[in-house]
Amino acid sequence: MVTTPLLPSDYLDLVSPLRAGADLRGRIEAVHPETGDAATIVIKPGRGWRGHTAGQYVRLGIDVDGVRLWRAYSITSPTNRYRQDGRITITVKAIPDGKVSNHLVRRARPGTLIHLDQPTGDFVLPQAKPAKVLYLTAGSGITPVMGMLRDTEFDDVVMIHSAPQPHDVIFRDELHDLVTDKKLRLTEVHTDTDGMLDIARLDELVPDWTERETWACGPAGLLDAAEKHWADYGVQERLHTERFRPSVVVTGDGGEVTFSATGKTVDADGATPLLDIGEEAGVLMPSGCRMGICFGCVTPLKTGAVRDLRTGEITEAEPGVLIQTCVSAAAGPCDIER
Amino acid sequence: MTAIDPTAHLTAEQIEELGRELDAIRDEVIADRGEKDAAYIRKVIKAQRTLELASRGVLLFSIFPPAWLLGTAGLSVAKIMDNMEIGHNILHGQWDWMRDPKIHSTTWEWDHVSPSEQWKHSHNELHHTYTNVIGKDNDLGYGIMRVDEDQKWHPFHLGQPLWNFLNACFFEYGIAAYDLELGKNLSKARRKKPEFRARAKAVGRKIRKQVLKDYVIHPLLSGPSFLPTLGATFTANLVRNLWTHSVIMCGHFPEGVQVFERRSINGETRGQWYLRQMMGSANISGSKAMHFMTGNLSHQIEHHLFPDLPSNRYAEVAVKVRALFEKYELEYVTGPLPKQVFSAWHKVFRLSLPNKKPVVKTPEREQELVAA
Repeated sequence: MVTTPLLPSDYLDLVSPLRAGADLRGRIEAVHPETGDAATIVIKPGRGWRGHTAGQYVRLGIDVDGVRLWRAYSITSPTNRYRQDGRITITVKAIPDGKVSNHLVRRARPGTLIHLDQPTGDFVLPQAKPAKVLYLTAGSGITPVMGMLRDTEFDDVVMIHSAPQPHDVIFRDELHDLVTDKKLRLTEVHTDTDGMLDIARLDELVPDWTERETWACGPAGLLDAAEKHWADYGVQERLHTERFRPSVVVTGDGGEVTFSATGKTVDADGATPLLDIGEEAGVLMPSGCRMGICFGCVTPLKTGAVRDLRTGEITEAEPGVLIQTCVSAAAGPCDIER
Repeated sequence: MTAIDPTAHLTAEQIEELGRELDAIRDEVIADRGEKDAAYIRKVIKAQRTLELASRGVLLFSIFPPAWLLGTAGLSVAKIMDNMEIGHNILHGQWDWMRDPKIHSTTWEWDHVSPSEQWKHSHNELHHTYTNVIGKDNDLGYGIMRVDEDQKWHPFHLGQPLWNFLNACFFEYGIAAYDLELGKNLSKARRKKPEFRARAKAVGRKIRKQVLKDYVIHPLLSGPSFLPTLGATFTANLVRNLWTHSVIMCGHFPEGVQVFERRSINGETRGQWYLRQMMGSANISGSKAMHFMTGNLSHQIEHHLFPDLPSNRYAEVAVKVRALFEKYELEYVTGPLPKQVFSAWHKVFRLSLPNKKPVVKTPEREQELVAA
């Protein structure tokens, strides 16, 4: 009442953006380069941070060229670090044309305020310690696994990690230290010289792989091959995978998309998620994992039809129909309520 | 309206070329829009909130005359900033590109009795689309005045200098009534429509909150300064109303601004739409501070051409737009605030009396082309 039309929090945010009860934010405290195109970002989350489980990711919103962009990154700090010094870290690899990743790796400065969601993800270690563990990773797929390695020690851990060249291996020194301390057996596959890892080589590299609880994270090619391989041997329940991007199988026809609450109409192709189309048009789109998992982006479809980019399935408008805008593209003219 | 169409010398091709040149100006700003602009609006919002808090704090001691003066002045400026550079422009969607849910046209609410949702409809959709089209753009005299010779005279207009003065004093209520289209919705049948009732209720709720804050809670918090604070918030609202009313009158009412007939916009092209905005708006010249306090509506012409470009860019856009006016030999209506306010008021007085219907001569464009 005193502050109408604003809320008291609008004023408190001016002085204390990380306070308890505020929208969850964080402050970048430091940026440490890891490789030529990867860096670890130290973040002090706001008071509302609930802590993470090793292997989980956090969604982060940061203003790049004045535009708020949201992405998900794996947390690489052990779970007890937040309890000790109130900090977490994420490790980011700059991908070509990646607006956020390049910004974080090359331009982010300590002191920058960012926006956070609570950590999430089910690519995590189980309560009961498995006797033998295999980590199968490639490229930036090492990041959630590093969060696990730093968090929990196992008696018998094997890791197979692929990267183009030795200097591209993120956390290389730390991994080699673990090897020296006999806490890890590591096989590095340098794909520029060795070629891609052939999943059939597993028998030779890790003869007992079928007995190991396995966490795999990397490009879709590796994960698809792994899922098939584990299934072929009937041990798929031992394999846990994490994908950073949805695998698009089918694209639609596209069409004119109306965002009726905002009053904007734009042309959309059949391959671009409606989430991206809306954001480009300046429509306030809720978003989440951006890969069809978290349902943070669901929006009513008022008229028309959309196509699920993962399955090719068409969803037509009916009262009460909600669509995931991050994995749906226009399949003709449609109207979504944003 | 002058008897001769001031755009008659332009060929249809020239008008489309003009449209393309304006599109290019717009694209340039959009391509360059970024971090600095975002920092600008955040700085302005922060300054406004700080000023408002500080002024209201000072007013807790408004029983002391210096505190009253300082607090009232500060609160007046804070309210003007909220309505003009911040509210008006955010509600236009000028900052939607930042994707910040806290600074977005769909979530913003302003220190004004008209709920932003209703204002957006009457202002963004009606006024900005049908700018200066008689019978379509109710901003032309707000339905209580004649501001062009072509508008029909009625004895009611004899009182329009008084109506305009009252509207200026209570401008925010005038706007709320206007956004509700109160004039046309007062008939019994219309009054009962659920859609109208819902909107009227929303306005009622907004008024209640605003009044409670300015005229009950804040004075009560001031304790022994109750009455002086009440006077201060009333004064600040009055100053804001008079100021915003003056600025907005200067946008479309001064002499030299064109109005358009309803049928003239049938099948209007993009170039013709731009041309109508150029001829239907007037600027206010002045210092940077002046532009800021008008919410950059002193660049009314540029604002009407590009209503969704960030307001901090209108000054640089104005240079290019003015060059186009010269190139196409069109009159760029501008002047200092006192001159423009006088011109607008002069019109309000002059047109309170009936006039002869002017003869509009529109030379054929083809003939012009041959002559050129």
